[in-house]
Amino acid sequence: MGNLHFMLDDLFGRLGVDYIRPPASSTRTLQIGAQHSPEFACLPLKINIGNFIEAMEAGADTLIMAGGHGPCRFGYYGIVEERILRDLGYDFKFMMLEPFNDGAWAFYKTFEALSPGLSIRKLWKMLKVSFSKARAFDRLYKRALQLRAYEVNLGDTSRTLRQAEEILSRPRTPEEIEAAAAEAMTVIEAVEQDPGREVMRVGIVGEFYLLLEPFSNFGLEETLGHMDVYLERSVWVTDWIAPNRDNIIYGYPKKDIEKKAEPFLDQNVGGEGRETIGSIVMFAERGFDGIIQLLPFGCMPENIATSIIPRVQQEHDIPVLTLAFDEQTGRAGVITRVEAFLDLLAARRRSKAGALRA
Amino acid sequence: MNDSLRKGYLGIDVGSVSTNLVILDEHAGVLAAIYRRTQGQPIRAVQKGLAELVAELPCPVEVVAAGATGSARHLTGVITGADVVKNEITAHAVAASQVVPDVSTVLEIGGQDSKLIILDNGIVTDFAMNSVCAAGTGSFLDHQSARLGIPIEEFGDYAISSEVPAHIAGRCSVFAESDMIHKQQVGIAVEDIIYGLCHALVRNYINNLSKGKSFNPPIVFQGGVAANAGMKRAFEDALETEVVVPAHHNVMGAIGSAILAMELELEPGKTGFKGFEITDLDYRTSSFACNGCSNTCEVVRIKVDGKTLARWGGRCGKWEMRDGKLDRKREKVNR
Repeated sequence: MGNLHFMLDDLFGRLGVDYIRPPASSTRTLQIGAQHSPEFACLPLKINIGNFIEAMEAGADTLIMAGGHGPCRFGYYGIVEERILRDLGYDFKFMMLEPFNDGAWAFYKTFEALSPGLSIRKLWKMLKVSFSKARAFDRLYKRALQLRAYEVNLGDTSRTLRQAEEILSRPRTPEEIEAAAAEAMTVIEAVEQDPGREVMRVGIVGEFYLLLEPFSNFGLEETLGHMDVYLERSVWVTDWIAPNRDNIIYGYPKKDIEKKAEPFLDQNVGGEGRETIGSIVMFAERGFDGIIQLLPFGCMPENIATSIIPRVQQEHDIPVLTLAFDEQTGRAGVITRVEAFLDLLAARRRSKAGALRA
Repeated sequence: MNDSLRKGYLGIDVGSVSTNLVILDEHAGVLAAIYRRTQGQPIRAVQKGLAELVAELPCPVEVVAAGATGSARHLTGVITGADVVKNEITAHAVAASQVVPDVSTVLEIGGQDSKLIILDNGIVTDFAMNSVCAAGTGSFLDHQSARLGIPIEEFGDYAISSEVPAHIAGRCSVFAESDMIHKQQVGIAVEDIIYGLCHALVRNYINNLSKGKSFNPPIVFQGGVAANAGMKRAFEDALETEVVVPAHHNVMGAIGSAILAMELELEPGKTGFKGFEITDLDYRTSSFACNGCSNTCEVVRIKVDGKTLARWGGRCGKWEMRDGKLDRKREKVNR
C-alpha cells in the first residue's frame, strides 16, 4: 500500500525475516480480489485479497494483516480475509498485527514470532530507525506533490522521484538515512521548475487507503500535478501508523484537526471521517482553492463526512469535489469530473479577481 | 483569407450516443447544427457530421476557432485540430448561461449520463454527474420506445396526453421495465405508463444528483432527453417551477464548446482546425498497455495514412504525442 513497502523492506531486512513483496497492485490484482470478495466490501479489501493471492503465488507462506479497532470495518478485514483465502483452499500461516496502542505486549509478540529471540529493546530500536526512513519517504512525496505543479517537462518529477526512492531505500544506519534523505530531497528539488506558473491549490482529504495507494485512485495526484495543481494531503503513512498521531508530515496534530471539525462533527465516526471535515476547514482557512475528497464506494465514515460537507462548503466558501471509487469506476469519468472541477476553481478565481478590481 | 466569407466558430460534442456539431456566428447565433448518432464510431461520426454541417450552412464560412467536448473530446480534438478541448460539464454550463444569462440550475440528460450544474452569476459553483447508475438516461428511453413500438420522437406527445401518470418503480432500469410490463398487463393506458416513466426518471435524477443541492430558478433543461415534453412536464411537477428547454437543447454541448473556442479570441487564420476535408482521411486508432511500470497505462494511438499522429493516455508523459511530434513541454500538453 502506497510507500509502506519501503518501510517494511527496511524493517524485515533488519529482523532477518525472509519475506516476499507482492507485485505492485495492478488491474489483475483487483480483478482477482473483486472476484473473491463480497460485492459490498470496500475497494481496499478487494485489492488486499488480490495482493495476498499474488503474494502466495509468488511463494509466500505467511500472511500478516494489520488489525485495529474503531467503527470502521477495517479492523475486521484481517479475519474476513483469512476466511476467504482459507475457503479458496490456500494453506498459509496468518498473523494479525494489532496496533501498538491496543497492547504493547501483543504487538511485540507478533514480531517475536517472526524473529525468534528478538528482544523488546532491539525491536524498539529497529522500529525507530525504519520509521525514520519511512518519514523521510513521506517528506519526499509531500514535496513532490507540491513541486509537480511547476515542472517544465511533463513527467520529470515522477521520474526523478523514482531516483530519489532508490537513493533512500539503500541506507541502513541512522546517519546514512539522514544523509540519503537530504540527498534525495536535493535531487527532487533540482527538477526544472517554472516558478511563475499560475497553479491551483487543492487539498486532498478522505479515506486513508484511497489517499495512500495511487493504484486505487488511478494515480489521481500525479494527474492533478500534471494539470498544474499544487497538492497537499491530510493523511500520510507515517502519520497514520504513529501511535501518538501528531501528524508530523501533514503538520497538524490530530487534536487540532478535531477541534476544527467540532462545529460540524464533534465525535469520532470511525476511519478518517472527522479528520476529513477538520482538514477541509484547515485547507479553507489557509486559502486553498478547493478540496477533493476520495473514498471507497460504500465507506461509512467518509459517507458521514460527505453528508456534512455541504454545510462546511457553505460556511467556509470552499468548493469540494467528492469522488467515490470501486472496481466499477472508470478513469475517464473521474478525469471528466476533475477537469470540470478545475474549471470551476479557475472561474471562481477570475471572478474574485474581478470583484477586487471593481 | 477571403473577405466575403462569414466568420464562424465550430463546436463538436461527441458523446456516447450522439455526435453534435454546430457553427456559430460571431454573436453566438446558430448558423448550422447537426445532431446525429455516434453509433460507436466516433471518428466516422465526426467526419460525416462535418460533411453534413457544411451542407447545412446558409453561406460559406471561415472557421476562426474550433472546440471539442464530450467523452470523445481528446480523439475529436486530435483529428480536427480543435483549439480548445474541454469537458462536457463546463461546455454545457457555458452554453446554458449564453441562452439564459441568469440561469441558476442546468439539468442535462444525455445518452448515458446525466448532470446537474449549479451556477451563480454565470459561474459554476457546484455540479454532480451520475456515477453508479445510468437508469433514467436517454439510452433507457430509447430502449423502452423500441419495446413499446412508439418512435422516441413521439414519446413526449404520448406522455403529455396523460392525465394520471402510472406509478413506475424507477430506481433501476431493469425493474422499471418489469414494472412497466406489469402495468401494461393489468390494462393501464400506454400514455399513463409513459408519463409515469417520465416521473420515475425525474425522481431518480433528483435522488441521484441533488444530494444537498437546491434547484433554484431559472432552470434550464437540455440534452437529447429534453426533446421529450413529458420529461419537461415531469420536472416541472416535481420542482414546482417552470423549466426552460432551449431551442437547440440537443446540441448545447457543441454550442458551449464553440463559445469556448470563441473566447480564445484567435485572429482569423490562427486556428488549428484542419478543415472540413478531414472527412476524406483514413484514421486508424489502436491502443496498447505500456509495461514501463506497474501502472500499465492504456495508451491510445491514432494513425493517419500509416503515420502516428498522436498518442495519449499514459500517466507519466513518455508516450505523449501531438501533431506527430513528441513534446513534453507542459504548456503545450496542457493547452
